[in-house]
Amino acid sequence: MIHFSNASKRYESGQDALKNISFEIQQGEMAFVTGHSGAGKSTLLKLIALLERPSRGQVIVNGQNLARIKRRQIPYFRRNIGIIFQDHQLLFDRTVFDNVALPLIIAGHAHGDIGRRVRAALDKVGLLKKEKHYPITLSGGEQQRVGIARAVVHRPPLLLADEPTGNLDPALSWDIMQIFQEFAQVGVTVLVASHDLDLISRLKQRQLILKSGQLFEDNEAMATV
Amino acid sequence: MKKASTAKESKRQRKPGVSTLLGSYLLRHAQTLIYSLGQLLRTPFSLLMTTAVIGIALALPTGLQVVLKNAELLSGKIDSAAQISLFLKKGASEAQAKQLAERLEAMPEISKVHFINKQAALKEFKQNAGFAEAMQALKENPLPHVIVIQPSISHTGETTMQKLLGRLQNMLHVDVAQLDEEWIKRLYTIMDFIKRGVWLLGSMLGLAVLLVVGNTIRLAIQNRRDEIVIVKLIGGTDAFIRRPFLYTGFWYGLFGALIAFILISIALLLLNDPIERLAQLYYSDVLLSSLDFQTTLALFGSGIVLGLAGSWLAVSRHLRDIEPK
Ligand SMILES: Nc1ncnc2c1ncn2[C@@H]1O[C@H](COP(=O)(O)OP(=O)(O)OP(=O)(O)O)[C@@H](O)[C@H]1O
Ligand SMILES: [Mg+2]
Repeated sequence: MIHFSNASKRYESGQDALKNISFEIQQGEMAFVTGHSGAGKSTLLKLIALLERPSRGQVIVNGQNLARIKRRQIPYFRRNIGIIFQDHQLLFDRTVFDNVALPLIIAGHAHGDIGRRVRAALDKVGLLKKEKHYPITLSGGEQQRVGIARAVVHRPPLLLADEPTGNLDPALSWDIMQIFQEFAQVGVTVLVASHDLDLISRLKQRQLILKSGQLFEDNEAMATV
Repeated sequence: MKKASTAKESKRQRKPGVSTLLGSYLLRHAQTLIYSLGQLLRTPFSLLMTTAVIGIALALPTGLQVVLKNAELLSGKIDSAAQISLFLKKGASEAQAKQLAERLEAMPEISKVHFINKQAALKEFKQNAGFAEAMQALKENPLPHVIVIQPSISHTGETTMQKLLGRLQNMLHVDVAQLDEEWIKRLYTIMDFIKRGVWLLGSMLGLAVLLVVGNTIRLAIQNRRDEIVIVKLIGGTDAFIRRPFLYTGFWYGLFGALIAFILISIALLLLNDPIERLAQLYYSDVLLSSLDFQTTLALFGSGIVLGLAGSWLAVSRHLRDIEPK
């Protein structure tokens, strides 16, 4: 599903964020990217979502060599990825329902189809009752779950999450990780960047540990398939 | 990845027909159109400010266009009033003059002939001009017989008019044939000048509308920067992001044209009395006291086109700068 071969990223500032990274993640696999602050976790996810391009090496996502995707094609590529951010990136002038519906509207789904899918996604994250609320009236954890619902509503085969539990309490963080695991169980590839080592160790999943931009350890043994 | 998912997509949607696809496409556009209108109506004051500026800019050239059209209608009337005066030679007798008048009347290029007897003219002159005494001193009548002719050909055929004039000049008993057309020529020159002026002004104000809309849309893009970033992150195409802004430009143009229409209608209403009097003066019942269909169409058409073009400029310049990081 995701294949890095000798990928490096040097920002225009001259900062080497990733150095010679190679790994492979299978479809339906769940993995964590960990490491100290500035290790390159976010950069790694950005390369997968084509928010940045590698300076050297190759990234292949679902058989597509990202170097061959032109600017015009990027939107269509991104529709196959659900992205979850630490600061959830919701539209505050629209209801929960409208926020979650956005990926479907962008992809041009039929009206009835949208309602059905949005409710299914909200049900999944336990927010069905809040569909008419505005994000500002929700708690941090609820907002994060709206972000998750939006990321999965169009059933992408790949889910990327950058610090999804960054400012949530342990119980909520655990719940959200459970939701991710459920997606992985139905065949979605899930890649989560996090430095919540305590939480990660309890989940017993594969860990890609970055250290100053290098892949320090690829702990496949942790995974319980 | 794309192939696989589109295959899945179509299975999920149970193979939508072309008509339902087209229907949902049009529905989406209609929704965006209404949505962008709703967004504008949320800030009615700033909408009014912007559209008023656009409206005034559109009203000026459109109003002048109406004035110009009326002037053209009037000049048509004046044109048919062009006259040729034939001053006959001193020696010509009244009988000869009358004979000539009859011959002239028979000519197809001439629609009306009016004979002014020199005795009658003198008498009138003595009564009206107020210098009867000076006239009394003259032994002989200094005035010639005059025949005033109304040509049936219109002014626009200038060479035919010149030909006619030449022929009249060479006729027996005719001393001088004089065309009273200098002032008509001048009127046409002035109108041509004004016409160009209206075009120039119209182009400049059109450019102003373009810039006003462009700048307003640029601000709207900046205000919704976060939203654009999010939409790009979840796979919104440039066309998708562009659409609401283009429709916003469309609404600005439409409302601007509407305001211009109202302004001109009010102005014409205020000018109704003088316009009517003018029309009566020139026996013309065709003067415009409201916007005609053609001008209205041009007004709304240019408003909408300028609105769309202005937002297109802003969107194509500024949307690329906003990329998720
Ligand atoms: N847009 C950028 N331009 C220049 N340098 C950048 C940019 N983004 C990140 N970097 C640098 O690249 C390195 C890796 O950054 P990255 O955001 O990937 O780290 P991270 O592991 O996600 O850190 P954190 O845990 O703090 O989020 C850092 O040294 C950072 O300063
Ligand atoms: Mg980060």
